[in-house]
Amino acid sequence: MTTKFTPDHEYIRVEGSTGIVGITPYAQNALGDIVFVELPSVGKVLKKGDEAAVVESVKAASEIYAPVSGTVTEVNAELSGNPGLINSDPEASGWIYKIAISQAGELDGLLDDAAYADLTK
Amino acid sequence: MRYLPHSDAERAEMLGVIGASSIEALFSAVPAKALKTFDLNLPQHSPEYLVEAHMKALAGKNRAGSDGPFFVGAGAYRHHVPATVDHLIQRSEWLTAYTPYQPEISQGTLQMLFEFQTQVAKITSMDVANASLYDGSTGTAEAVLMARRLTRRNKIVLSGGLHPHYRDVVRSYLKDDADLECLSASPEGQGDILDHIDETTAAIVIQTPDFYGHLRNLKTAADAAHAKGALLIVVVTEIVSLGLLESPGAYGADIVVAEGQSIGNALNFGGPYLGLMATRKEFIRQMPGRLCGETVDADGQRGFVLTLSTREQHIRREKATSNICTNSGLCALAFSIHMGLLGEAGFTKLARLNHARACALADALAGIPGVELLNKTFFNEMTIRVAVPAAPLVEALAARGILAGVPVSRLEPENPNVANLLVLAATELTTDEDIAALVAALTEELA
Amino acid sequence: MSMNTQGRPTGTGTSGFASTSGSSMLPNEPLLFEIGDTEHSGVDLPDAEISTSRLGGFERKSALDLAGLTEPEAMRHYVRLSRLNHSIDSGMYPLGSCTMKHNPRLNEKIARLPGFADIHPLQPVSTVQGALELMNQLANWLMTLTNTAAVALTPKAGAHGELLGMMAIKAAQDAAGQSHRRIVLVPESAHGTNPATAAFLGYTVKPIPARDDGTVDVQAVKDALSPDVAAIMLTNPNTCGLFEPQVIEIAQAVHDAGAFFYCDGANFNAIMGVVRPGDLGIDAMHINLHKTFSTPHGGGGPGAGPVVLSAALAPFAPVPFVRQHAGVLELVEHAEGDSLGRITAFQGQMGMYVRALTYMLSHGGDGLAQAAQDAVLNANYIKARLAHAFSVPFGDYPTMHEALFDDTFLAGTGVTTLDFSKALIDEGFHPMTMYFPLVVHGAMLIEPTESESKQTLDRFCEVMEELAADAKAGNTERFTAAPMKAPRRRLDETRAARSPILRWERPEELPQAAE
Repeated sequence: MTTKFTPDHEYIRVEGSTGIVGITPYAQNALGDIVFVELPSVGKVLKKGDEAAVVESVKAASEIYAPVSGTVTEVNAELSGNPGLINSDPEASGWIYKIAISQAGELDGLLDDAAYADLTK
Repeated sequence: MRYLPHSDAERAEMLGVIGASSIEALFSAVPAKALKTFDLNLPQHSPEYLVEAHMKALAGKNRAGSDGPFFVGAGAYRHHVPATVDHLIQRSEWLTAYTPYQPEISQGTLQMLFEFQTQVAKITSMDVANASLYDGSTGTAEAVLMARRLTRRNKIVLSGGLHPHYRDVVRSYLKDDADLECLSASPEGQGDILDHIDETTAAIVIQTPDFYGHLRNLKTAADAAHAKGALLIVVVTEIVSLGLLESPGAYGADIVVAEGQSIGNALNFGGPYLGLMATRKEFIRQMPGRLCGETVDADGQRGFVLTLSTREQHIRREKATSNICTNSGLCALAFSIHMGLLGEAGFTKLARLNHARACALADALAGIPGVELLNKTFFNEMTIRVAVPAAPLVEALAARGILAGVPVSRLEPENPNVANLLVLAATELTTDEDIAALVAALTEELA
Repeated sequence: MSMNTQGRPTGTGTSGFASTSGSSMLPNEPLLFEIGDTEHSGVDLPDAEISTSRLGGFERKSALDLAGLTEPEAMRHYVRLSRLNHSIDSGMYPLGSCTMKHNPRLNEKIARLPGFADIHPLQPVSTVQGALELMNQLANWLMTLTNTAAVALTPKAGAHGELLGMMAIKAAQDAAGQSHRRIVLVPESAHGTNPATAAFLGYTVKPIPARDDGTVDVQAVKDALSPDVAAIMLTNPNTCGLFEPQVIEIAQAVHDAGAFFYCDGANFNAIMGVVRPGDLGIDAMHINLHKTFSTPHGGGGPGAGPVVLSAALAPFAPVPFVRQHAGVLELVEHAEGDSLGRITAFQGQMGMYVRALTYMLSHGGDGLAQAAQDAVLNANYIKARLAHAFSVPFGDYPTMHEALFDDTFLAGTGVTTLDFSKALIDEGFHPMTMYFPLVVHGAMLIEPTESESKQTLDRFCEVMEELAADAKAGNTERFTAAPMKAPRRRLDETRAARSPILRWERPEELPQAAE
């Protein structure tokens, strides 16, 4: 199991051919209290870089882009009632959606732990 | 100039602090060829009494509703507004406050908007209402766009009983796109919008009472729309009707748009008016316009704030639900105060009184030879057919001091079928003497 | 993800003090629904006899549960509520880009004359000749002040005017076979309505970066222009309070590329009677009557946003409009030729036209120019007095009607622009516009308008200086806990947005104990 990052602060945790996507602790801290999450529909086909979801704080709306291409297989329905999970636990219970990765090669273009840590220093 | 506090000495002193040689120096970024190279050719400043005289002369060239019998409606209605309403809305703290962006010092406006939203939601029997839009016509266009977002479908059907101006506004907003279907005028309630609903339909738009005054079964319309996955948008131009008629929420409306002018607001020759919009809870995030919500302050005290503003233009910019920015705050206040004064008892009474006056008018009109009343049902407005074109008839009656209603041809000049139709409204202000004067004059003109 | 963190913070701040919110003179006011009931009414109406209802069986079956108040109760409820608001009449309201100027009461008196307030939009045109004459006079003032060929009066507010202006541009290009033009250029510093309007009409928005000094570079515009560009939407004076020095060159470049110049006229107050936008090459510009011409803001509307149009766009103006014909004024209500149709049911915001014309006649051409000059003088005075203690983003040159500061001066203090603004409330001033324009970090945009006396400006500057000194001295609690003296402390906006309560609900009735 590896976790990769985009320069736009999404993470993707890879479990086999599935990726779990969310935003990083750094990102949630910068955005402040998340009040609403617009989730993608299951089955939606995404190209790398497509808008997949929107997270809203009180005064800002931020698009979440697909870190890799694939098909949405599951969304975190918990977030509809409790969007604050993204603030309290962004990397575990605050995940946003799961994606069946169609082009695993795209993962190689993403940042690893160290590179992302470097970016947000 | 009485509105400008500075003396010339103070201006000079301030320029000194700034370090500018002249006021012109402050305009140095303006290209020289554009800076005051012109003679404005406008009058000089004027004392209050002269301005007042000028404006009174203009006002004197208009015939006010109070000058004689008055039966004009068709989307704007002449009602009594209690003196308290106009006194209160002129209080400095209501009149000269801005949009409540600093909630700590705007709780008056915010609590009022919360109360207003609650009143509108209750009157329409919908889950939620927004803090108002410009007017009923633009609100209808916004509702149509909202329905397209909600259903991800495009086809919109406007009923033939929708106010022709409202139809025209929707046509402009949608640029007459191929998915907009406008049914032809239905002054006798003919044709059926339900035949036009299919699987591509986002919404059907039905006005009640319709432009010609008719009432119809909207439960059937809601069921037919929902059966195909379409939404029912209900438009109300006379909000007083909801004091007596079934609420849209009760028969399954998905979005309700109304013109709220009748409550608290004068005719004002067409504006400012008050757009009301209410919808189902699950549709909130696609609803345009400001919303006020309840919360608490740092001490745990109840307070109110503008909320869900991520739908709006100042956050979402090109992804906003609408470009709308201003609402009709002061008109909403007038509505809310008037409705607060009426309460349920008064609102119901007012509606009954309007219907009673309209019944009296209808009965009187029906007795005139050459007049055919087209309505079996109505609230406070009705359509008659006369033997002559209605527009010159209305002019002739105006010359006799009676404002007899709206000739349909004024709104539908291209349609020969409506040339002889006249729409008349009665309100609580319509007296028996007014009706008698109309009947006498109309009888003579048609003889 | 798009890291949109430009919005202001929304927490409730640090509650370091014991509760002192409000004042004993401003008790909490219950909701209308908590003091009224369905039986009480403040309006006397006769009981109507209806012998035969014509409602066709569509009567309402259930109650609405609408609360009512008698007149004395209503008076007290709304007077008490009003006292929880700040207003221009009660104190300075230096909200940048909002032009909170004095609202003369003569305007209100005139607007209530029955000859203006009690006339119906569809009564015979022969009975409203004075109203049409008033619209004509207002149109003439607006065209004269802007040196333009036509004006569409009907837009209901600034954003509605913007929509109309862009619709006119689209109609003109469609008529000229230029429908392929799908791009609209919008500077980054623009107000959010600009991109929202362009997108509303199906255009793709292409942002133009601001120069270091906050203005738009003609070269950047030229680089962005192409045969697919429909228009540029430019605010002038811009949202940073600066006059665009290259505006004429920009207009020229835009026209050379076959595109139109939409000018956002939100800041017309800075230049009315001094600069005519038509001389700069604009094709369309909305004018907020509720800003520039003092029609009251009313807690957020009604606005009024007439749009002046160049000769190229004039044929596309919407209906209705007033036309002189054989000595009488007529109202053209149906689209002829190229007119883009109707954008609102009736004649627009007549009540606002009356107020605006009253204001114009009071000022005269000379007074309007003086007002613009005083507005600019006041903003520069504030900038000059505060420059030593605050940070000025774009260097030392004259501003127009607004003074803009960024939050550099607060670096390391632990005080944010939001905190600073809230502290201003405790000193009796409405805060300035915060965090707008977005191109400046932690922006504070101050627009005093021409209505403020030197005495008030001096007092404001003293308070601002004192607050800046206190922030730098490390007295952060005064800021982070502010406001302390307002009717409410900071409100929890997160809570409001996470679980919205948008209407009052009757509390569940407690079950009565059995007797």
